[in-house]
Amino acid sequence: MQELIIWIQKFVIETTGWGFLKTLPIELWYILFMFVFGGVVLGVVMFFAGVASYAERKVAGHIQSRMGPMRVGPHGLLQFMADGIKLVMKEDLIPAKADRFLFKAAPYVLFAGTLALFAAIPYNQLFGKPLAITNLNIGLLYVLAMSGFVVVSILMAGWASSNKWSLLGGMRSAAQIISYEVPVAVSFLAIIMIAGTMNMFDIVSMQEGGIWNWLIFRYPPFTCFVFLVYYVAAMAEVNRTPFDIPEAESELVAGFHTEYSGMRFAFFFMSEYANMLAVSAIATVLFWGGWHSVLPFSILPEPWVVLEGMGWFAGKTLFSVFLMMWLRWTLPRYRVDQLMKLCWKVLLPIAFANVIAIGIWIALT
Amino acid sequence: MLFDFASVLVFIILGLLFIFFVLLFSWVVSPRNPDKDKASTYECGERPLGPAWMKFNIRFYVIALIFIIFDVEILLLFPWAVVFQKLPKGVALVEVLIFIGLLLVGLAYLWNKGDLEWVKTVDKDK
Repeated sequence: MQELIIWIQKFVIETTGWGFLKTLPIELWYILFMFVFGGVVLGVVMFFAGVASYAERKVAGHIQSRMGPMRVGPHGLLQFMADGIKLVMKEDLIPAKADRFLFKAAPYVLFAGTLALFAAIPYNQLFGKPLAITNLNIGLLYVLAMSGFVVVSILMAGWASSNKWSLLGGMRSAAQIISYEVPVAVSFLAIIMIAGTMNMFDIVSMQEGGIWNWLIFRYPPFTCFVFLVYYVAAMAEVNRTPFDIPEAESELVAGFHTEYSGMRFAFFFMSEYANMLAVSAIATVLFWGGWHSVLPFSILPEPWVVLEGMGWFAGKTLFSVFLMMWLRWTLPRYRVDQLMKLCWKVLLPIAFANVIAIGIWIALT
Repeated sequence: MLFDFASVLVFIILGLLFIFFVLLFSWVVSPRNPDKDKASTYECGERPLGPAWMKFNIRFYVIALIFIIFDVEILLLFPWAVVFQKLPKGVALVEVLIFIGLLLVGLAYLWNKGDLEWVKTVDKDK
């Protein structure tokens, strides 16, 4: 990270010829770099949230033998821009009885927590160094901690709205998310046992060299089960159908964001997609070999290999997002008691059995 | 180390600024026609009945308690998992199996007692 910044500093001074830039402190360069790189990540996440809302409707349409959005632009491609413009121009309503401070703060907390997940994910490698906003040595613990923000913000939104649907949706959602965090954490535990590190860059690095080195295929079939537990629990954590009890529209109108309108609603909506992307990216990092190719050789010549890694990472992550959409439009919604049963009585025992089995396997070899 | 977390902080501040400016822009361009009915709580078109901040079921509290127990356990197990392969494996594994076993006994107790059920059946209903 520091080397990268020094390299950029040198590059900028050489190309512009402005020697006085050298007198600027390194911290300023760092903050500038962060704002540019962070801005790119933020832009990609926002753009993804827009495109995903369009893709979701297209996938839904084709699964149900409909066309989906067709009117705005070719094949409705500009639909998400139209939606964005509409939401920005909407009147922003705050109910008279609401707790105004918490009501306004909830989208900030949710969005900040969701974005913070993207800070730790290594997207690619550049000359053996991670291409990430930061390379934390406690990456997985950090991811678990940041996903806790979602619970806080949903409780804030649900309580502050002063609406019965919102309160019920918020409480249910909090119960669901904290319950499903336990299987996610236990499946992380299995991964840490195999990898011997919590650093996400190191976890991807150890999966190099062909598809059989991916963590999902180590210690068969246990890591496959670990992946399944993680994927199901993660889907519940981001409130996707079949686990969208918190906003089950036939029961709770729109759950915790019933009272939100305009841009504030849009932030709740977008962070659902952003969360989906984060969860998929983590699945890619932990189980599907990150930026490593499916093929044993690289397609592109040497300097472009970086781009290829980026492509593999994006491809795997987007496939996982597509899988989540596919599941959403295929499966019916769980009932709230079935949801809790699945978490505590099915996923948690399986997750612990995996940890024990992998532990015994490692101890014997 | 602290440098790494500074990046996270800068990134979060960036996100917060983004929300703030988008909401500011929306505030500038959106219409404002306040109305008593518009600002009332949504209750499927009816006038809202009573306060929304009501008592809720105790089972949410029980779930939160179970969650905290497991989360603390996981916090203890993560550092163990990092160094697991460097320790004498057999001993390390057996010690942790005893620890996990104690917790699983707790889970079995809750399961048997019916606290994992959303709709809890009391003995006389069975």
